[in-house]
Order: sequence, then C-alpha cells, then structure tokens
Amino acid sequence: MADIAVKGGQVAYEDAARRARALSGFKFRDTTFHWLTFGAAVAVLLILGGVIASLIYGSLPAIRAFGLGFLVSNVWNPATDHYGALAAVYGTVVTSFIAMIIAVPIGLGVAIFLTELCPHALRRPIGTAIELLAGIPSIIYGIWGLFVLGPFLQQYIQPALIKAFANIPVLSTLFAGPPYGIGLLTAGLILAIMVLPFVSAVARDVFDTVPPLLKEAGYGMGYTTWEVIRNIVIPYTRVGVLGGVMLGLGRALGETMAVTFVIGNADVIPTSLLAPGTTISAAIANEFTEAVGDLYTSSLIELGLILFVITFIVLAISRFMLMRLERQGG
Amino acid sequence: MALYDSRKRANAVWLGLCYASVVFGLFFLVLILITLLWNGFSGLSVAVFTQNTPPPDSAGGLLNAIVGSLIITILGVAIGTPLGMLAGTYMAEYGRNTKLTQVVRFINDILLSAPSIVIGLFIYQVMVTRMGHFSGIAGAAALAVIVIPIVVRTTENMLLLVPGALREAASALGLPRATVVAKIAYKAARAGLITGVLLAIARVSGETAPLLFTALNNQFYSTDLNAPMASLPAIIFQFAMSPYKAWQGLAWTGALLITLAVLGLSILARTLSSQGPSR
Repeated sequence: MADIAVKGGQVAYEDAARRARALSGFKFRDTTFHWLTFGAAVAVLLILGGVIASLIYGSLPAIRAFGLGFLVSNVWNPATDHYGALAAVYGTVVTSFIAMIIAVPIGLGVAIFLTELCPHALRRPIGTAIELLAGIPSIIYGIWGLFVLGPFLQQYIQPALIKAFANIPVLSTLFAGPPYGIGLLTAGLILAIMVLPFVSAVARDVFDTVPPLLKEAGYGMGYTTWEVIRNIVIPYTRVGVLGGVMLGLGRALGETMAVTFVIGNADVIPTSLLAPGTTISAAIANEFTEAVGDLYTSSLIELGLILFVITFIVLAISRFMLMRLERQGG
Repeated sequence: MALYDSRKRANAVWLGLCYASVVFGLFFLVLILITLLWNGFSGLSVAVFTQNTPPPDSAGGLLNAIVGSLIITILGVAIGTPLGMLAGTYMAEYGRNTKLTQVVRFINDILLSAPSIVIGLFIYQVMVTRMGHFSGIAGAAALAVIVIPIVVRTTENMLLLVPGALREAASALGLPRATVVAKIAYKAARAGLITGVLLAIARVSGETAPLLFTALNNQFYSTDLNAPMASLPAIIFQFAMSPYKAWQGLAWTGALLITLAVLGLSILARTLSSQGPSR
C-alpha cells in the first residue's frame, strides 16, 4: 500500500513538473510572439523615419550650397553645378492641377452612377472595371501615352486647340507653340486617367454612408434624383469627398513613370501647356543614374525631399478628413 | 409648369453627364487593354521566353528581364510580408487601442501612398551607397518597403473582422494568446490575408521607379543578387524610350506580360476576398 502511495506521489510530481514546463513554454512563446509583433510595429515607424532622415541627410550638401534659394531658382545646369527646384515644382503642380480638374468631376460622376443610378447587377462589374484602372502599372500608362495618346493629341487635338485659342489673350499663351504631342497637357491627361479610380472609389464609399432615410425624405419632398444628390448626398459627404480628392492629388503629385514618358523632360518653365517641361519625379527618374558629382546627386535628393514633404502634407490632410468622416459615421 | 420642366431638364443633363463619365473611364480601360494586346501579341513568341535582351535593332527575347523580375519581386514580397503581418497582428491583437497603434496606422497610410520613387531614393542612400554598387538585393529591399504597408493594412483590417467571441472561446479552453492568434484568428482571416499578399505582389510587380537606381538594369542574364539585375519594368522603360523598332516591340510585349500578370492577380485577389467567410 505504502509503495503504491509513494509511486502515486511520484507520478503526481512528474505530472506537475511537466505541466509547469509546458506552461512556461507557452508563456515563453506568448511573450516572444508579443514582442515580435511589437517590434514589427515599431519597425514600420522606423522605416518612415528612415525615409525622412535619409532624404534630409542626402540633401544636406545641396541645402548648404543653395539654401532657400533652391526653392525659388529655376536654373538647372549640371555644367556649372547650379541647381534650383522651381521648374520641377512648377511642372509637378501644373500637371497635377490639370489632372485634378479632369479627374474630380468625372470621378464624382462615376461614383454617383455607381451608388444612385446603376442597376444592382451591374454595380460590381463596373465598379471593378474602373478600379482595375488603378491596378494597371504606371509604366503601362507611360508607354501608352508615348505611343498612342501623344501622337493622337499632336495630330488632332493640339493643332485644333492652338487654332481655336489663337486670338484669346490668356489662352493663346497657354496653348501656343508647335504641337509636340508630349508636354504638360499630355502628362496631366494621363495623370487624370490614373487618379480617376482613386477619386471614384473613395467617393463611392463615402456616398454609401449617407443614410437611406435622408435620401428618401428628399424624394418624398418631390426632389429629382439630381436634386437629392446635390442637396443631400454631397453636403452630407463633403468632408469625405474632399479626402478622396486629396488622396488622388497625392497620387498625382508623386506619380513617376507615366509622367516621365510624356513630359518631355526640359528643365524649363514653359509658358505653354503644350510645351515640354519636367516634374520632380521625372527629373529624378531621368537624371539620377547619370548624375555625376555630389552636388548634382544631392540636389536631386533634395527634390525628392520636397516631393515627399508636399505629398506628406496632402496625404495627411486627406487621412485627417477621412478619419473625421469615419468618426461621424460611427 | 416651366419650373418643373427646367428641373427635369437639369436632372437629365446632370445624370447624363454621370453616364458619360462612366463611359469615359471604361473607354480608357478598354482602349489601353486593346492597344496592349494589339502591340504586344504580335511580338509574343517562344523567343521572348528563351532569349536574352538583344543589342539595338536585332531580334531577341526578354528571358533575363523575366527572371530578374521574378527574383526581385519574390524576394521583396518574402522580406516585406512577414514584417507587415507581424506589425498588423500587433495592431489588431495586442495593442488595439494604444497610442502606438494609432501612430503606426497613420504613418502606414502615408507610407501606403508615398511616391515610390522616394522609396527608391531611401534604399539608394542606405544600401546602394553603402555597398558601393547597384544590386538585385537593393531592388528587392525597395520593393519590400512598398509591400509592408499594403500587408499591414490588410492584415489589421482582416483580423479586426474576426469576431471576438471566437477568441474568447479559444481562451476559455485555456489556449495561450499566441496560439489563439495563430490557430484561430489567422485561420479565420486566411482568405483576407492571402488577398493582401496577392495585392502586394500585383502592386510591386509593375513598379519601375524604385528599381531604376537600386537594381538598375542588366542587358545580360544574371541571377547574382549582389550585382545589377534586369527587370521587366526597367527594360520596358529603356526599350520604349529608344528609337529602335525592335526594342520598342519588345517593350510592348513586356508591357503585355506585366499587365496580364497584374490584372490576373488583382482579379484573383478580388474573387478570393469576396468568397472569404469574414465578409
């Protein structure tokens, strides 16, 4: 009897030890996993910090050499080692502006169609098709713009524009010169097609947050479909729509390959929209591997820094607006 | 009655414009696809997959570019995915309402839409100048930085969709937290997690800008990660901008290959996410 009891005690003891080992194994795995995920989250923060830090570090030589003058000078001369960002910034702003003028109304139109007008069965396929436009790599837009859109504009649209606006004061300078096919206007058009899906996707999502009751009340008062959209849907979703517009703008500002193909890459500030120019990202893409000398490289990196700061601000505003809408909806 | 008529007219005009915008969008999608097929298919042959890129104005293929693209993309996704998933897991499972999560979410959203050329500059600074030369591994690292935010975003969103009751049930059985995450939450969100990875692959396989000065390019067949490596987007960029007809033809064929791959992946991701139990 005593024998068995002792044995039983032994078994119980071994059991307890095994349990303890297993539990501490669990605990170890738990803690490791927890810290691993925590470390990954911190790493994501560090990467963004690294992007900013490396850009600042890389542009220090240029900042020292040119100071704030870099921002307002439009000299870009590798031969004399003098650089200024104005031409590239101008091109970036103008092409993005053209893109937004075209893409915002059309994107909103698509979103209105998808939420209010489209038969239910077609909603998904058409929505998906428009969003596929966002999935096409930007280099594809570039090659298409260079070989298809550019020549088409050169042959048919640009001569017509030049002729039509020849005698109108401001427009005659904006649409002047020989029709190259490539240039600011072509780049803006390509960008418009590229950011269209972003604007329409965000707008569709925020239009979907309008309570049906509000719209029904509008219809009940005898509103037409357009009046419901204008007086109820758009005021209700104003902030979210602006967020979507800013998101599209952020894309347009930073887009590289599509623009590089069709912008013409001239380091000047053209007065005509039909003339070749450059953008920040196109200048970097074209010149970076050819840049000899620290100051040249550093100036290009400072261009990158400017681009990053501009897009950061635009995207931060966009996020802030979309977050506000989320809070309002929830 | 005149007022009613004018309202009806305004309605018709504005709604007509909405229809027109959809036609506009779809028109360009179709137009781009048709030009791609038209110009790309004529150059499609066995040689494209078996021969390397040719010197100007002679026949050849895209073998080195295809292999290089595959290597850089797979490596980039392989580096970026685990990191992104772990970060997303922290945000959804451990630090759901912490300050860190809120900051990471904001920063991640910025990173998600940051210009990819800036990512290229970053990797150039931290890897290319350190190593002294362009390399395939630097290209992969640049793509990894682009992959991370996409995976973080989808991982967090998909894990948040997993019902808390599932986790509570598992915890009540005595399962440790790590096991609950790995065996219950990941499994429930599997379709969504795979969708995120597919979207990331689709996104980076067409990326060009960050490769221009990290992996650079290579006219010859090379699988050396420590040397410049060819990739389809970089070859397309170079060949399309050249004045040679044969090179331009190859650029179109390469563009067709990339687009088919990317669209295939996005459609696969879409069908997968619509089937998933979590939605």
